[in-house]
Amino acid sequence: MGAMLGLLTGCAAQSPSILRPVSPKGRAEADLFGFILAITAFVFIVVEALLLYAVVRFRARDPRAIPPQIHGNRALEVSWTTVTALGLAVIFAMTWRTMAATSTPPADALPVKVIGHQWWWEFQYPTLGITTANELVIPVGQPLRVTVTSADVIHSFWVPQLGGKMDAIPGRENVLWLQADAEGTYYGQCAELCGASHANMRLRVHAVSREAFDRWVEAQRAPAASPTEPLAQQGYQVFMSKACVGCHTINGTPAQGKVGPNLTHVGSRTTIAAGLLENTPENLARWLDNPPAIKPGSLMPRLGLTPQEIQALVAYLSSLK
Amino acid sequence: MASSAVTLPRVYEERGLLSWLTTVDHKRIGILYILGAGFFALIGGLEALLIRTQLAIPDNRLLVGEAYNQVLTMHGTTMVFLVVMPVLAGLGNYVVPLMIGARDMAYPRLNAFGVWMFLLGGIFLNLSFLLGGAPDAGWFGYAPLTAKTFSKGAGIDFWILGLQLLGISSITSSINFVSTILLLRAPGLTLNRLPLFAWTTLVTAFLILFAMPSISAALFLLFLDRHLGTHFFNPAAGGDPLLWQHLFWFFGHPEVYIMILPAMGIVSEVLPVFSRKPIFGYTAVAYSSVAIGFIGFTVWAHHMFAVGLPDVVNAFFSAASMLVAVPTAIKVFNWIATIWGGSVRYRVPFLFAAAFVALFVIGGLSGLFLASVPVDWQVTDTYFVVAHFHYTLFGGSMFAIVAGIYYWFPKITGRFLDERLGRLHFALQFIGFNLTFFPMHFLGLMGMPRRVYTYAAGLGWESLNLLATIGAFILALGFVVFFVNIARSLVAGERAPDDPWDGHTLEWLTSSPPPPYNFARVPVVHSRRPAWDRKYTGNPHPRPVAEAPTAQAPVGDGPEGDSEAEPIHLPAPSLWPLILAAGLTVFALGLVTHWIFIPLGLLLFALGLARWVQQPLFPETHEASS
Repeated sequence: MGAMLGLLTGCAAQSPSILRPVSPKGRAEADLFGFILAITAFVFIVVEALLLYAVVRFRARDPRAIPPQIHGNRALEVSWTTVTALGLAVIFAMTWRTMAATSTPPADALPVKVIGHQWWWEFQYPTLGITTANELVIPVGQPLRVTVTSADVIHSFWVPQLGGKMDAIPGRENVLWLQADAEGTYYGQCAELCGASHANMRLRVHAVSREAFDRWVEAQRAPAASPTEPLAQQGYQVFMSKACVGCHTINGTPAQGKVGPNLTHVGSRTTIAAGLLENTPENLARWLDNPPAIKPGSLMPRLGLTPQEIQALVAYLSSLK
Repeated sequence: MASSAVTLPRVYEERGLLSWLTTVDHKRIGILYILGAGFFALIGGLEALLIRTQLAIPDNRLLVGEAYNQVLTMHGTTMVFLVVMPVLAGLGNYVVPLMIGARDMAYPRLNAFGVWMFLLGGIFLNLSFLLGGAPDAGWFGYAPLTAKTFSKGAGIDFWILGLQLLGISSITSSINFVSTILLLRAPGLTLNRLPLFAWTTLVTAFLILFAMPSISAALFLLFLDRHLGTHFFNPAAGGDPLLWQHLFWFFGHPEVYIMILPAMGIVSEVLPVFSRKPIFGYTAVAYSSVAIGFIGFTVWAHHMFAVGLPDVVNAFFSAASMLVAVPTAIKVFNWIATIWGGSVRYRVPFLFAAAFVALFVIGGLSGLFLASVPVDWQVTDTYFVVAHFHYTLFGGSMFAIVAGIYYWFPKITGRFLDERLGRLHFALQFIGFNLTFFPMHFLGLMGMPRRVYTYAAGLGWESLNLLATIGAFILALGFVVFFVNIARSLVAGERAPDDPWDGHTLEWLTSSPPPPYNFARVPVVHSRRPAWDRKYTGNPHPRPVAEAPTAQAPVGDGPEGDSEAEPIHLPAPSLWPLILAAGLTVFALGLVTHWIFIPLGLLLFALGLARWVQQPLFPETHEASS
């Protein structure tokens, strides 16, 4: 049964399937899924077979035939009620066991704060002093205590291969155990309808080695690189003189806006626009030209930048490694 | 036609538009409900096709962002409030009084008010498309996405007021069902003999009465938040978005039983008749509905396992949700045992009812995954859930509704629906349904969230989405065949006798279609199958009685012991329920569009109310010739 299901959902090896978990929580949930699947598949086969048999076997051959009038059978009814109740009790016991084992992160977990915004993700590492967006970098094997909340409407933080989702509710802080036991990039996205671009609120978790993580932390904690190339320097000027500065933060510069993602190291990310586009100069230019065309309803408006300004901004932002 | 001792009532004008606008006859009101639901089903179905077309390929640009969310919200809202609920109310209205030997519903004018409120409320809701945009926050409208800050247009206001109008309709019709079923049963028809469709209609009516106030209150608070600056659901000012979820799902989960219980009732009528056997375990089937109704009020937070409730709370709602599976399983086993050992006729109503059992089992089993908290954390808000609830509400409710329509069509119209078109319809609907919704289980497991207007290529979701879209069009084709069948059969269908299926219940004792007064004499009931008893004798090996009642026999005139002949009074037609409903609708329109409609609506409302209470129910007494 598991093999069949693996074939069906695993054939798309690239999909973020909950049946290919890489975390303790995800594995526990997948195991419980498999357990319930085994029971329900059995019930499914038995019940559908009985139904099909009854329908085929008792087809009227003589349209006037009147079968014996059976009104019920107490013993039979009591038995199937009891068996159903027992089966459910077992499923509930397994549910309780798994829930108790996975709902709280381990004590040595690294705290991370996830804040949902329309329509992007803010990630803060309070103990490391890092704020970034849409791509969460974590050390492999390290449990994380993720505090999930929202700045506006309800979102839901979900990385299927790393375990179940947790709603991001404004005014509340929910806690989730996140962990990745294998290096790799794991896809996730918002799972609660949150407005026009709900579909475009994507995220990635990069699980990297401890050493790579430490290097990343060091780089992220540094202030933004000062532009050296002339085009990038021009881009810096555009950024600081146009509307950009009002919404975005670039550490070590006058830009301290809090509305949009922190861009201090935006050049180090693999994607832009909440995971919608690969982080290439072409895509960045497309995005800067007309954000709502890529992400409908985007709070970042079309700024009316000239092609020269866009090229300069692309050069500057790409330099923010 | 009339036997000598029966005084037949004056029959009011039966033709013309005005006769329909003023009707208080439960049968005509039932037909209005069904036709209205059919009309809205076309709209909701087109919305579904738009959704599936958009999702057929990744990164499609047909219906994006806001527009997609509007169509998605209206599809859900329409199918729940304007299709499944009203068509079940319509079948209940038409059939239940006949089944229990009543002449009409307990409150005929209130009944008319209910159907007008439904039709006008449905039109009001859909007007939003033309007046600045439809609601776009999903059918459960989670706060604070519905707050003025995040949804500035009038769409949410149309949604709030539209659901209030529809809630008024549901509450009035439920009061009517409760009163009718508890008070107007034929002599001898004890609750232990009550037909199972009447049983489930009764339980459903109670569910509506207890559940609807919760959403009405929540919608009212939301309206205050949006327009009078209150902060019930605004976390920035101390309000709580979770309050909305509790209030909504306290209504919303019983609501799914409101949509499935009457469907189970239909299946519990159809399967025995086409198996030529009584229902297996009548008492268990009847009381399991009551159990589902009770437990249904203790499971609402299983929609909220991912909002961060404490483990103990989650565990309680998990256990309660699993508990619902017990009475549900009892029903399934009883249905199979009913077919078992029967003499099964493969007519179209039976095909749909049997398919209901097969598909509902899948929906029930997938529900167990959602009741199990850790699994739910993974699959909630994914396409797994979309698959699950379509298996219960489409594979379940809609298949049963279609079974009911094929089953009672001859009674309602005097003609059969065409059997061959019916089989074609069945094949298309069965194949199309499974092709659309079965792949969605896998999409959910593969990480696809619900309610996304698009998805990226390369996540492995492409082929299953395309398959689902192809299925949706096959499904739609099935409904085209269905509507063609109905249209054709209305004018040229094979004539049906009064009792075309060798039925068990009282509605088959009167003519097809029944006279306005249903029965010339109210039949006396001696068992759970009063119609069967008049045709067959002997248990457990029955044989036809010597003289089966012929079509010429007076309607409802049983072999012995029927009630004393007495004059029949039918309530007079009335326009005022419609005026009252129109007043409320125009008033609501004033709240979301131009203020001028507010006094206009109030005026209509006052006029309707005043004339309604002044108009006597029985204006004249007729002593027709005997």
